Amino acid sequence: MSETETRLKALMLASLAGDAASYRALLAELTPHLRAFFKRRLANAADAEDLVQETLIAIHTKRATYDTTMPFTAWLHAVARYKLIDHFRRSKVRRTLPLEEADSIFADEDVESVSAKRDVEQLLAKLPESKRELVRSVKIDGLSTAEAAERTGLSESGVKVGVHRALKALSAMIGQKQ
Amino acid sequence: MKTDALIDSLSERATPVSTAAMTRTLLIGVGGGVIVSFVLMQLWLGIRPDLMPAMHTGMYWMKFFYTLLFAVAGFWTLERLSRPGASSRAQMIFEALPFALLAVFASTKLMMAPMESRMPMLMGSSHQVCPWRIIILSLPIFAGVFWSLRKAAPTRPVIAGAAAGLLAGAAGAFIYALHCDENAAAFVALWYTLGISAMGVLGALLGRFLLRW
Repeated sequence: MSETETRLKALMLASLAGDAASYRALLAELTPHLRAFFKRRLANAADAEDLVQETLIAIHTKRATYDTTMPFTAWLHAVARYKLIDHFRRSKVRRTLPLEEADSIFADEDVESVSAKRDVEQLLAKLPESKRELVRSVKIDGLSTAEAAERTGLSESGVKVGVHRALKALSAMIGQKQ
Repeated sequence: MKTDALIDSLSERATPVSTAAMTRTLLIGVGGGVIVSFVLMQLWLGIRPDLMPAMHTGMYWMKFFYTLLFAVAGFWTLERLSRPGASSRAQMIFEALPFALLAVFASTKLMMAPMESRMPMLMGSSHQVCPWRIIILSLPIFAGVFWSLRKAAPTRPVIAGAAAGLLAGAAGAFIYALHCDENAAAFVALWYTLGISAMGVLGALLGRFLLRW
């Protein structure tokens, strides 16, 4: 089970027990995910935000339908997907995007972070395997140098030097790209 | 409304909720409908006068278990379909099982019977009214099931509607079996199933409109 699933499910169980703080934390954490989910699938940003709100309301009113023996993310995804399908059913045709709004949508933070993540993955793929693992552990997963050393079997200074060289290689790649 | 404001107002309403409550609501919907339907059957048709002796025959129990198993499987399927993200494949297979068993049993009996008694076994003496009575007795249960299903979150409204209809039909047939004095498995396999299936079709048609949330 993924770490996200474990954390979200714990929040959901606390929310079902009536813990308002957990409930707020849960809804706040879900919102950017839902926003990204709907924006990826809808041309119109206002529609996507409406669906985010509708889904949040559905999570609230239908929370008794969550079976606690099942993964929470599966339930959430099914609710969001239903809201999306229902939206298409209601509007019959997939609305297209007026050209002048295109800029504002592509500049959006959720899309940005998704495409940034993709760029990073592409660059990382060009690194040799051992270096890739080092950068991932220290810079993306947020491990300390000591933890990364333990994971990779290198010495701490070895980890530091390795990460330094890998980052240098990455910045050289970005330079070439531009 | 701003999304942040919405989160604030929703989190203020974090009242404790039991996830077993959903199953309970479905049970109340079915149970309420069954009571109404039973009273309706009593007032309109009446329990068959020979119920006690009939209970000593295998054929009585065949009808009893066919409709009961069908209804139980229907309830189980519907409980899964009312929860987003839950798989209902195993339940759907289980739902087809009572009919498959009865169909095998009924065709074996038909084949073993002499040619001239096959048609009477299949048609009985009440085939013209049987499916209609089952449909009418199912309607209160159908209403109860739909009432409770609207509180749930079926992500496939047409399929959930069909399952709700089959459940109502099977429970209605279960009640009708207290009145009906037909004795052939072939009759039950054909005419009971026809009435139950008609409810399934009705549920699929209405589910599309009534089960949106």
